[in-house]
Amino acid sequence: MSDRRLLGALGALLLVLFVASLAIGPAGEGFGASMRALFTGEGGPIVAVMREIRLPRALLGLMIGATLGLSGAALQGFLRNPLAEPGLIGISGSAALGAVIALQTGLAAAFLLALPLAALAGAVIAVAVLMALAGPRGTALTLILAGIAVSAFAGALTALVLNLSPNPYAAADIVFWMMGSLADRSMVQVWLALPFMLTGSVMLLSLGRGLDALTLGEDAAEAMGVNLARLRLVLVLGTAAVVGAGTAVAGAIGFVGLVVPHVLRPYTGGRPSRLMPASALGGAAMVLAADVAVRLIAPDRDLKLGVLTALVGAPFFLRLIWQTRRAGR
Amino acid sequence: MTEGAEVLALREFSVRRGDLPVVDRVTLSVAGGECVGLIGPNGAGKTSLMRGALGILPHEGRASLAEMTPRARARAAAWMPQAREVAWPVTVETLVTLGRTPHLGLRGPGAADRAAVERALHRMGLGPLRDRIATELSGGEQARALIARALAQETPLLMADEPIAGLDPAGQIRTMEVFAALAGEGHAVIVSLHDLGLAARHCSRLVMMNRGRVVADGTPAEVLSPANLSAVFHVRAHHAHTADGPVFQPLGVTGEG
Repeated sequence: MSDRRLLGALGALLLVLFVASLAIGPAGEGFGASMRALFTGEGGPIVAVMREIRLPRALLGLMIGATLGLSGAALQGFLRNPLAEPGLIGISGSAALGAVIALQTGLAAAFLLALPLAALAGAVIAVAVLMALAGPRGTALTLILAGIAVSAFAGALTALVLNLSPNPYAAADIVFWMMGSLADRSMVQVWLALPFMLTGSVMLLSLGRGLDALTLGEDAAEAMGVNLARLRLVLVLGTAAVVGAGTAVAGAIGFVGLVVPHVLRPYTGGRPSRLMPASALGGAAMVLAADVAVRLIAPDRDLKLGVLTALVGAPFFLRLIWQTRRAGR
Repeated sequence: MTEGAEVLALREFSVRRGDLPVVDRVTLSVAGGECVGLIGPNGAGKTSLMRGALGILPHEGRASLAEMTPRARARAAAWMPQAREVAWPVTVETLVTLGRTPHLGLRGPGAADRAAVERALHRMGLGPLRDRIATELSGGEQARALIARALAQETPLLMADEPIAGLDPAGQIRTMEVFAALAGEGHAVIVSLHDLGLAARHCSRLVMMNRGRVVADGTPAEVLSPANLSAVFHVRAHHAHTADGPVFQPLGVTGEG
């Protein structure tokens, strides 16, 4: 499939889902009235619903999904492994730890941005530890190993916070937050995440040619003029910016970064440079679709977005392993 | 013999693994028009010499390629690692086009790049395979595609690490003929290999390494002397000049081995 047709098709799908995300919700106003309220600001209470609840929710879904898909494609390209995903290098686990500490200490209740800022701090610390562990000349393998170590340590500390939590309500808050959700967000979160996500996305998209060359292995890529140390630094910083910001505002949303690049790879001729923009659109579509599904399946049970993406993602992951096993035979 | 311009210069060049020198104070000059066979037993330092010369490994001493910027170096020398790695299911044509990476402008492959890819595909006889998925090819076809990738880089120097390992006899001979033809067109080729018979037939010059040092450097007849073979490879061999060209066949193991 040509680039233009693939991106066009994904873009059209994304547009439909974005509009659906704006149109579906418990307020139950008609589609025409909702859109009029969004664009003109006329129509009473529905204006507030559209502008302050549904628009930020749809925008966050779009941004988080796009950056998860993009960073997943970039990481898979760098590690030359279809099983890689943004969570693998420990960024999302560390961001979640930062958020959990903010919730547990009560800092999150003190001011609105405390939680996302604590999560971002967690992501920054993870990057520093990763870089120290993996060193300036490390290979893809050292990055994976360092990421798994960071990930496991952050998970253990998160469990420790829950373990020692004296307050069951705080513990429940933490557990729910970790499931990932786009409910009850506002434009504040959009503006907080946007600069990080834009910067990180530009950094990741700039890596296309180097990631293409890496198809032939690290030695061949380096001999073709690719500066691997710089590529890895930009990759980790870009991933940290987008995943850290995403986790900060919406919690952990798993499997999008794993599944989307894998599904789209056959349509992009296997080239990371083509896969990245396609995965960004595909990831945004998947998160918006899941978020619409959450609202349709259980409108009054507050089904968490991260739960749904994992529910869909895990069986897919099993199928992936099954296929890999058969191909290896 | 070396009428072309110098494309690689090593002077007092060493590569260390820990404290151990795996390449030990080598001085070597290669010019256009040469097809240099790099021979030596396992662990002699052949791979480290080539990777170090490119600047991929930390080294001491002077290496002309390692002093260039990465992009200039990638236009001066192509490198074929021994591991035949193709991570993603790309087509043969896409794979070969990757060789143009150091030449690409902002807008991606242009007419000159496509022409270079066509030349490389044609030289390796990959025309009928161009739309096939590289990861689904046989080992020999994949090796040809990866050689075409390095050819598409169109550099004055091509370095290949055991490119004929694992190929069938026809594939080995064809590959060596391509390298010899490149040298005939003024390129320089440095190829490491274990098949001394093919080295004797197709290379214009042999560099013999042992324990990190260059122990012999010259024409195949000079380098493959009974004394060198016995001291470095611990073999004795039959070496004859026939109407079909030089014939070299190791016969038995000598001494320590």
